[in-house]
Amino acid sequence: MNAPTQRPSLEVRGLHKHFGTFHALKGVDISVEHSELVFVLGPSGSGKSTMLRCCNRLEEPDAGDIFLEGDPVTGKGVDLNAIRQRIGMVFQSFNLYPHLSARRNVTLALRKVLGQSRDEADARAMAALEQVGLADKSENLPAALSGGQQQRVAIARALALEPQVMLFDEPTSALDPELVGDVLAVMRELKETGMTMLVVSHEMQFAREAADRVIIMDDGQIVEQGSPERIFENPNHARTRSFLSRVTGGA
Amino acid sequence: METEALSGLERFAQTFLNWEVLVKYAPSILAGVGVTVWLSVLIILVGMTLGTLLACLRAYRVGPLSFLIVVFADVFRALPPLVVILLVFFGLPNAGIYLSAFMVLFVVLTLILAAFAEEILWAGITSVDKGQWEAARSTGLGFTQTLGYVILPQAMRLAIPPLTNRAIAITKMTALGTVIGVPDILNQATTAQSFSGNASPLLLAALAYVLLFLPFVIMSRWLERRYSWKKA
Amino acid sequence: MDQLIEQFFNIEIMIAAWPTILRGLWMTLAICAVVIPMGLLGGLFAALGMLSQNRALRWATVGFVDFFRAIPPLVLLIFVYSGLPFAGLRLSPFAAVAIAFLLNNSAYYGEIFRAGIGSVGTGQTEAARSTGLGASQTMAYVVLPQAVRNVLPDLISNTIEVVKLTSLASVVSLAEMLYAADMARSVTYSASPLVLAAGIYLVILWPLVRLVSRFERRIAH
Repeated sequence: MNAPTQRPSLEVRGLHKHFGTFHALKGVDISVEHSELVFVLGPSGSGKSTMLRCCNRLEEPDAGDIFLEGDPVTGKGVDLNAIRQRIGMVFQSFNLYPHLSARRNVTLALRKVLGQSRDEADARAMAALEQVGLADKSENLPAALSGGQQQRVAIARALALEPQVMLFDEPTSALDPELVGDVLAVMRELKETGMTMLVVSHEMQFAREAADRVIIMDDGQIVEQGSPERIFENPNHARTRSFLSRVTGGA
Repeated sequence: METEALSGLERFAQTFLNWEVLVKYAPSILAGVGVTVWLSVLIILVGMTLGTLLACLRAYRVGPLSFLIVVFADVFRALPPLVVILLVFFGLPNAGIYLSAFMVLFVVLTLILAAFAEEILWAGITSVDKGQWEAARSTGLGFTQTLGYVILPQAMRLAIPPLTNRAIAITKMTALGTVIGVPDILNQATTAQSFSGNASPLLLAALAYVLLFLPFVIMSRWLERRYSWKKA
Repeated sequence: MDQLIEQFFNIEIMIAAWPTILRGLWMTLAICAVVIPMGLLGGLFAALGMLSQNRALRWATVGFVDFFRAIPPLVLLIFVYSGLPFAGLRLSPFAAVAIAFLLNNSAYYGEIFRAGIGSVGTGQTEAARSTGLGASQTMAYVVLPQAVRNVLPDLISNTIEVVKLTSLASVVSLAEMLYAADMARSVTYSASPLVLAAGIYLVILWPLVRLVSRFERRIAH
């Protein structure tokens, strides 16, 4: 898995998206290398979530190309379900299936998309739940789990499909402050296993410690990108400085 | 004064609880119970299935198809069942289509239940959070798989109390079959009444309906309480 | 195809039947005008009974409501119309319809009002009582208005059912719209009068059916 090729793991070129008259993405280019953790920061409404949701085409881009391991994600003739299974996604509001136990939340796609047997899927699901530290909660319904636990089950659900890249859409924004740490710890461990990750989040401290690269977005465009040290200590752009001072000053 | 009251009571018993009449006509009313139960089971099975199918089809949001489903559901929810029953029963033979009274009643009530079930389930489907669709699709599940494994089970949960109420209301309408001569409980009772000149068969019929439907009415009360957290 | 149109959409027959059906429509509306307010009032009392502090009253009303939800309205109507005369109580068709529907509708409206009153928080009652309002004042001015708003879709939905139910009156020879249309059918050997009556029911009830669907969707979101 994740065998190095010449091409980046995830590649986004010239992405445009309109919502009615609103131009949400104005030509975004991003490439994420293998095992890289790329953090996308920016004010709300800057288009970062839209960009992320275009990567597995939950939003349909108006123009631009996306490639996963060199394979096209956009364009006609793409087997969308096959591609999506290779891209894990974690949502702000967890979106666990409320009628299924933690284990069955994980096994559903294993059985119905990958066609695994019940035993195979169960074993894989238990391994994924183990990885996020929730093997003992496997039979609980989502309603019986804390927000942090729910989000970790959601990570396990994506992880079990052995995706080549994982997208995180503000994974900690809906959590009580004391529950954020557990989710970030799981993400940090994930990075250590070599997972390729594209993260939209406001967790500055985490970005500083764990990210390989930080991208600043504003008004549907990329303002600048670089190592976290450089972006946080020595931003090139006034828009980056004002955003950072607003966020850190506000906190 | 006292004797008159007693005779009044006696007359009442004679009229509504006449043992001889009851014994004589109990078998035919029991046969009517069989017809009513059999019809009710058929209507619920086919009507619910058809309604679920229509609600699912509507989820694909194919313009003309959705429009037809909405028109079907609206018409069968707006028309009085007896009007449709008479229209089908007296209209179709003149158009060269012959259905037995039993079939007419079955088809009409099934379509009515399907119309209500479609609306109730559709309301359930649309009330499931959009994030559920996104999460399922993001793992590679297709539209139909997402609908079947993720959305429909949640919609069903919301739909169970209103569906139960509606199923009771519509299976009770099997009594309308009397008007076109389906030998259901009411029909057997009114026939027995006119033969015997005594109201006891009617009381027995009413009792039979209460025995048949009361358990479901009580169950619906229980279901409503159990699922009420969803509404608040 | 021609035969179908002849059978179901014969305009001449419809025009000929129109005056009869129109008289039937007035009777249908008259039944509604009597039966709906009576049902609402009966339902309100049933709901208050089901929510009463008095245990015997509570159980009795719940029993009443469940009993009449279990009996098909047509059975009730035939019992009242052709059963009670055996006990010396002969009623006009209209009176029989009014009584049978009062019992049936009170049960259904009662369930809805009970749910509505239950949906209003106890804080509302406490606040009202703390300002010195009496129990019945609190119910009338504070709780009921909110309760009605909360269950308005169900109230409308049940009222549609009541209007549809009036067609059962044809069975006891009350000359409402279905009775009139069916009379015209038996005279003309054409289903067209029934189609006309169905059309009138649609015109009256379709907007209400749409309204209920719209309500349901708004609550869902």
